[in-house]
Amino acid sequence: MTTTTITWPGATRTRRPRAATSLTRSSGLGLGIALTWFSLLVLIPLCLIIVQAGKGGWGIYADTLSNPQTAAALRLTVGQALLVTAVNVVFGTLIAWVLVRDDFPGKRFLEVIIDIPFALPTIVAGLVLLSLYGPMSPLGINVANTEWSVFLALLFVTLPFVVRTVQPVLLELEPDVEEAAASLGASRYTTFRRITLPSLAPAIAAGAALSFARGISEYGSLVLLSGNLPLKTEVASVRMLTYIENGNEAAAAAVASLLLIVALLAIVILDIVSRAVARRG
Amino acid sequence: MASRTPGPFVQGGAPAARTGGTYVRRGLVIAYLFFLVAWPVALVVQHTFAGGLTNLQTALSDPIVTHALRLTVYVAVWAVAINTVFGVGISLLLVRYTFPGRRVLSALIDLPLSVSPVVVGLALLLAYGSTNGFFGPVLRGAGLQIIFATPGIIMATAFVSLPLVIREIVPVLQEIGTEQEQAARSLGAGPWQSFWRITLPSIRWALAYGVVLSLARALGEFGAVKIVSGNLIDQTQTATLVVEQKYQDFEQGSAYATSFLLALIAVAALVVVTIIRPRESPDGN
Repeated sequence: MTTTTITWPGATRTRRPRAATSLTRSSGLGLGIALTWFSLLVLIPLCLIIVQAGKGGWGIYADTLSNPQTAAALRLTVGQALLVTAVNVVFGTLIAWVLVRDDFPGKRFLEVIIDIPFALPTIVAGLVLLSLYGPMSPLGINVANTEWSVFLALLFVTLPFVVRTVQPVLLELEPDVEEAAASLGASRYTTFRRITLPSLAPAIAAGAALSFARGISEYGSLVLLSGNLPLKTEVASVRMLTYIENGNEAAAAAVASLLLIVALLAIVILDIVSRAVARRG
Repeated sequence: MASRTPGPFVQGGAPAARTGGTYVRRGLVIAYLFFLVAWPVALVVQHTFAGGLTNLQTALSDPIVTHALRLTVYVAVWAVAINTVFGVGISLLLVRYTFPGRRVLSALIDLPLSVSPVVVGLALLLAYGSTNGFFGPVLRGAGLQIIFATPGIIMATAFVSLPLVIREIVPVLQEIGTEQEQAARSLGAGPWQSFWRITLPSIRWALAYGVVLSLARALGEFGAVKIVSGNLIDQTQTATLVVEQKYQDFEQGSAYATSFLLALIAVAALVVVTIIRPRESPDGN
């Protein structure tokens, strides 16, 4: 937010290569209508959460966080989201690499599989995972109602993010530079670390940020899978829903605003890390 | 990679010479996707058709399920229509015009993607709830009910799928530039004519993909809808809410069948667009 507010005045000053014009009367009217709808649908309702949380002052945060059940839910949510994001950084990049650099029959089938977690309704995603990792598992692995169920559900719903952000960058990356590095005697590992990874780092970080944000906010896929056991498998979203159902909207708003802050922090940290990696290369 | 034989440059990187590592990576990726996605999805299809077509027939003859499916389709069509009109309009404004606050707006547009569905539900409740919502008194005065009624479900669905159309067409609009539109204008085309004849045909694939993604998201929304709809059977219960209820009521056949129908629509739409979309020129040129 702060970075965008600092940079936006530049938008009106700089001349862009594409011919952008200032608003005419009809486009101004269009912008007015679009902004009214956007404010009514998204901005005002989200601001009301901050207002609601702010009404209780710091007291509401202290109360909410000192509730052991809520604190456990937040710890579990953030911890599992971090773990899943780490797995996604490794496997997402690997999947993108194989999809771009390798070629084998059935590759387009894998492309469709990557998109399935995004297209599938979240409640169905939970049901899907229960069929292989639930009580009737043909593998004999039952993770239902354990912490592993949270990990598995988040892993499933966040699968596309890193893959889909890294893939286009890898497609654009010209192999010439890698070949040059190799011909100068760099090992495969050195080439990957010094040439490929720095170019991919911003995309990996962007994908990781999306995957973390989705991870801490996930709800639907956990409903059937995790059993929502307090202190064990209950995540922050479920906790918020309980608060809402009990009419305690202030506490729900406090948890919601905490999740928002954690998501923003993650985005900032990942941005810093990706810049550092990109510079080192 | 390193040992690729020299040859004409192929964009997108030609496949590397096969080494041991190539097969290890390929095997890992296939195994990962098989155990995480392919096998579980196949099992749900298998469970749905475990007793032939009985599960589907039972589900489709259950008035609760059919009502929920009809409501879901109705809501999804409305939400996607709103998002398409809003998305095309706001994308044109963001790309073709300059105005103060343009960058802030384009950053805020992505916000709904990183907000928890439960937070979306809570936000709409705080704004439009008839008893303690911000606009509650005004709405009550006008005799309008949004929360626990269809308009609220449409709003929640439109909220969660809002950025999908915009994210697909903004890059394409930036890519195609304005030369053709300007040529059309100079030849006497009005703004509408140049939009229908020039702009729309060039963004059609991106738009189609965005619409399909929105549709998939809209059909499957669960958390936000659960809060704003009140989950009233035969009134505001959508298909995803039926899946939860049927599963918890141990009517697993119906739960699997409804899930299968929802997944079928979403995945089929996605597959169709992936197949018919031209591969090399996503902007349709």
